[in-house]
Amino acid sequence: MTWNSRKDWMAVLAKADPARLAALMPDLPAHSFLRSPEVGAVMVQARAGGTGAPFNLGEMTVTRCSVQLTDGPVGHAWVQGRDARHSTHAAIMDALMHTPQAAALGSGVLDVLHREAQAARQARTEKAAATKVDFFTLVRGEDA
Amino acid sequence: MYVAVKGGERAIDNAHAWLAEERRGDPSVPELSVAQIREQMRLAVNRVMAEGSLFDPDLAALAIKQSRGDLIEAVFLLRAYRTTLPRLASSHPVDTGAMAVDRRISATFKDLPGGQVLGPTFDYTHRLLDFKLAAEGTVPPAPQTATTAAPVPHVMDILNRDGLIEAATPDNTLPPDLTREPMELPAARALRLQAITRGDEGFILSMAYSTQRGYGRTHAFVGELRIGHVAVEVDIPELGFAVEIGEIELSECETVNQFSGSRTQPAQFTRGYGLVFGQSERKAIAMSLVDRALRWQELGEDFTGAPAQDEEFVLMHADNVQATGFLEHIKLPHYVDFQAELELVRRLRADAIALQEAAE
Repeated sequence: MTWNSRKDWMAVLAKADPARLAALMPDLPAHSFLRSPEVGAVMVQARAGGTGAPFNLGEMTVTRCSVQLTDGPVGHAWVQGRDARHSTHAAIMDALMHTPQAAALGSGVLDVLHREAQAARQARTEKAAATKVDFFTLVRGEDA
Repeated sequence: MYVAVKGGERAIDNAHAWLAEERRGDPSVPELSVAQIREQMRLAVNRVMAEGSLFDPDLAALAIKQSRGDLIEAVFLLRAYRTTLPRLASSHPVDTGAMAVDRRISATFKDLPGGQVLGPTFDYTHRLLDFKLAAEGTVPPAPQTATTAAPVPHVMDILNRDGLIEAATPDNTLPPDLTREPMELPAARALRLQAITRGDEGFILSMAYSTQRGYGRTHAFVGELRIGHVAVEVDIPELGFAVEIGEIELSECETVNQFSGSRTQPAQFTRGYGLVFGQSERKAIAMSLVDRALRWQELGEDFTGAPAQDEEFVLMHADNVQATGFLEHIKLPHYVDFQAELELVRRLRADAIALQEAAE
């Protein structure tokens, strides 16, 4: 898959398993922090009735950080949880996607993460499908 | 005169050291890891996240370990931690219609698009203790049925088409936040929903049950119950657009309630709504019943004096951290207060006895 949209790759990086992302990025390029990893909370909103007026459901932990590669590009990350390394890897990856390495990293990292996430999601969907109820009508007395 | 008294430091330190030892239990039994609690006590983790109002399974599992399984204490720990976090943003409202569902059932329609999906449920188990679990063993993988993920529409949309049920019309008013502003009554529905979703499960369950037993009856059907994962999207200020920052598990319940209509509205069904962090379906169902009961005023129904209709009663007593804080504080030293009461009782008795003696 081609990775043109920053929104798409940031989502994949944010939802990636931190250990898996780290394993896919063994060598980090030289970088400095514009904002060191910072743990905070995001208030999750929902809507009454699913579609109505918004209300505050509760918070979730997030970590954000911004990096600058030595050769220029800036990368940002907002990721769920409190893993500083996860946010650092995601921000560096975001910066690298603005370099000529983008195509290689797209297939070497993002495609892998995307594929694995899809496979995990598909497995859950198929387990759920196996619990779908097939109704059948019993023969009624008067029909016999 | 107020006299400050100090003391007990050594006793407190020793009590906490003993607490740590008791928490660990018999050292010949392997210690629980946080990951084990997170994975194998997941419904307890969900409850602590919901009532702690912070979605972070690792922290909730740690809190359960630290609290020795006292879930209200764990909720307290999570709430305390939460206050140390800066609020970085508010998310876009999550789209539960786009949920990747693990479970989705309707008690009102048998055949519905997407089907009745049971998911990993306790329903239809026999509630017999399973002694196989006492022995360690591997679990065979759950069966899978090949399928392609398809959107699972909300059941309410089906009723909505015919105008048989009140609509939940989108609007974008900024919701009130009880973690920022003290709760004020009367509360808007948005504030009530926030208070109920973080309220004590036992309390919300009992309130909901009371409506079923006739104290503010609302004739509820579970129109739909769904559990699954939704993406959380946040506007990133550095970028100027919204990005998915993660996924959370939610339980959502929508009730369909009888409503005979009023002078201004034709008869139609009304709705109650429950949405809770994690797989917490009892809480989600209970929340939707309590939400509906509290809506009596906007729907022009009668106030029957039922506890579940009484907004102040429900909202001011639903929070177990507040409740336990006030309840348990009475065990802490009140020596001076009590001394004053003791003096008073002694004086009243002395006066009464003196009067009695004078009369004789």
